[in-house]
Amino acid sequence: MSASTSVIQVASLRKTYQVPEREAGLAAAVRSLVRRKTKDVKAVDGVSFEVAPGEIVGFLGPNGAGKTTTLKMLSGLLYPTGGEARVLGHLPSKREKAFLRQITLVMGNRNQLVWDIPALDSFELNRAIYQIPEAEFKRTRDEFIELLELGELVKKPVRNLSLGERMRMEITGALLHRPKVLFLDEPTIGLDVTMQKRIRVFIAEYNRRYAATVLLTSHYMADVEALCKRVIVIHHGQILFDGDLSGLVERFSASKTIGFSLEDPSVDLSAYGEVSERDGSRVTLRVPKAETSRVTAQLLTDLAVEDLTVEDAPIDDVIERVFAHGKEPTA
Amino acid sequence: MNAFKALADFYLTNMKTAIACEFQYRVAQYFYMIGMIAEPVIYLVVWSTIAGAQGGSVGGYTPGQFAAYYIVWTLVRNMNIVFTPYGWEWRIRQGQLTGMLMRPLHPLHYDISWFAGWKFVVILLWLPIAVVLYLAFQPTLNPSWLQIAVFAVAIWGAYLIRTMLLWLLGLISFWTTRVSAIFELYFTLELLLSGRLVPLSLMPEWVQSLANFLPFKYAFGYPIEALVGQPTPVQLFAGLGMQLFWIVVGALAVQLVWRAGVKQFTSVGN
Repeated sequence: MSASTSVIQVASLRKTYQVPEREAGLAAAVRSLVRRKTKDVKAVDGVSFEVAPGEIVGFLGPNGAGKTTTLKMLSGLLYPTGGEARVLGHLPSKREKAFLRQITLVMGNRNQLVWDIPALDSFELNRAIYQIPEAEFKRTRDEFIELLELGELVKKPVRNLSLGERMRMEITGALLHRPKVLFLDEPTIGLDVTMQKRIRVFIAEYNRRYAATVLLTSHYMADVEALCKRVIVIHHGQILFDGDLSGLVERFSASKTIGFSLEDPSVDLSAYGEVSERDGSRVTLRVPKAETSRVTAQLLTDLAVEDLTVEDAPIDDVIERVFAHGKEPTA
Repeated sequence: MNAFKALADFYLTNMKTAIACEFQYRVAQYFYMIGMIAEPVIYLVVWSTIAGAQGGSVGGYTPGQFAAYYIVWTLVRNMNIVFTPYGWEWRIRQGQLTGMLMRPLHPLHYDISWFAGWKFVVILLWLPIAVVLYLAFQPTLNPSWLQIAVFAVAIWGAYLIRTMLLWLLGLISFWTTRVSAIFELYFTLELLLSGRLVPLSLMPEWVQSLANFLPFKYAFGYPIEALVGQPTPVQLFAGLGMQLFWIVVGALAVQLVWRAGVKQFTSVGN
């Protein structure tokens, strides 16, 4: 991907926060009046990546890894300490109107709709803010209402909506101006499985219809698996991995799972691997990746097994290992 | 769509949204207004009593003129209500500011149009209260058409001046959250130097001179005096000119501080 065709270009981006620091107790409080101590916290530490037009990229990392700080720098809410970010050719920190009209930032835990009135009125306000032509506004609004199955809910005051309904309204409001770049910071946080799926389907459809570029953070791996071919893993402000989701599993997964059914479920399987699940006659074994073929052959030889399957470790496990082991690949 | 037309469209839409929103809470609005009426009624009763004890007037104000002053006061006070500086900390903490910064529109436009919409609801709700106060206190009020016209403009001028002043105060929250002491000091100065506590003409000469050089009077006492006093046309228009001056100065100051504040916010984050 060449830099000129990338929608998002990030080079050695850094953000350091100065955090006040003092010991507990009255004496320390008095001392801090005279000498205020601060500590530099590197939230983002030399991050570089590019995102092509129409790409959906999952931005993964544990809490405090630097995901939201990066998204805020890319959307112009935070000024970088160093490095450079460009989005659609703009320097986000300048917050030019032409830039703001082409992007959106949805934060799953923040509300922007007017609380006391129906969402329809807030949508109308967004039309005026973004100067969306009337016909285009109505077309987009009705399209989103249908896609997100909002129906009559748009006529209810926002305060009377459930969390899931409210989130769907927030997303509708945030996309009415048809932004080319979407920064989605945990858009499905706190939602039930059905609602998460509905939002995922909508994001995928929006990306397909408008060729929008999406940078998504989520702690729900189902979101990432459903939407993102490519993932960027960030930890302690640095990128640990940038590539295909399948490549992440390949590189960081230390084990595979072997599932099978046994005629006699009481058999001791500890010699073959770690039993991660046992449900009646169905057993799931976790074995080191390099041992998979040998253990599979051994199981088939030694025991009467049926319906044997070999799979990669669940993505949640892989991510957990990546975070736990930092930069060291465990494969 | 040209920029002016787009801005007018936004103002109109946001005002409509504010009106719809405030009508949701009309009963609460009424109670709020009734609570607010207590302050001028106390001033009115005290000054009327003093006027009565001093042979019918204080500093040229008869009880009827005091009644006129404080009844018009209630409308000007309502026009004066803008986004509280205490609300900025909430805006920052709750992420509202984040949303505002993501819009291709200065948030000042949002606040001006939102509270302007609110004013229409307030004026509507104020009318019956004004009738009750009129019947109860029998004000002496005989304004000319020019006074009425200037007053109609001046109450909006007052609204804009106070918006700028309280925005400036609120913007301090970008740097520190312990700002209530500064706010309280401001509100005390405003109370004394605006004509809210007492008509400025009853204050010592030096206070009146000082008030002429400060914005507070043009956000409160001037619109009232424009309607209930006996100003000359020159005084009326000079007052409007001073309002315009303070609006422009306020807007420029807001712009400067806002830019510095946003720079601070985007450097430190939330």
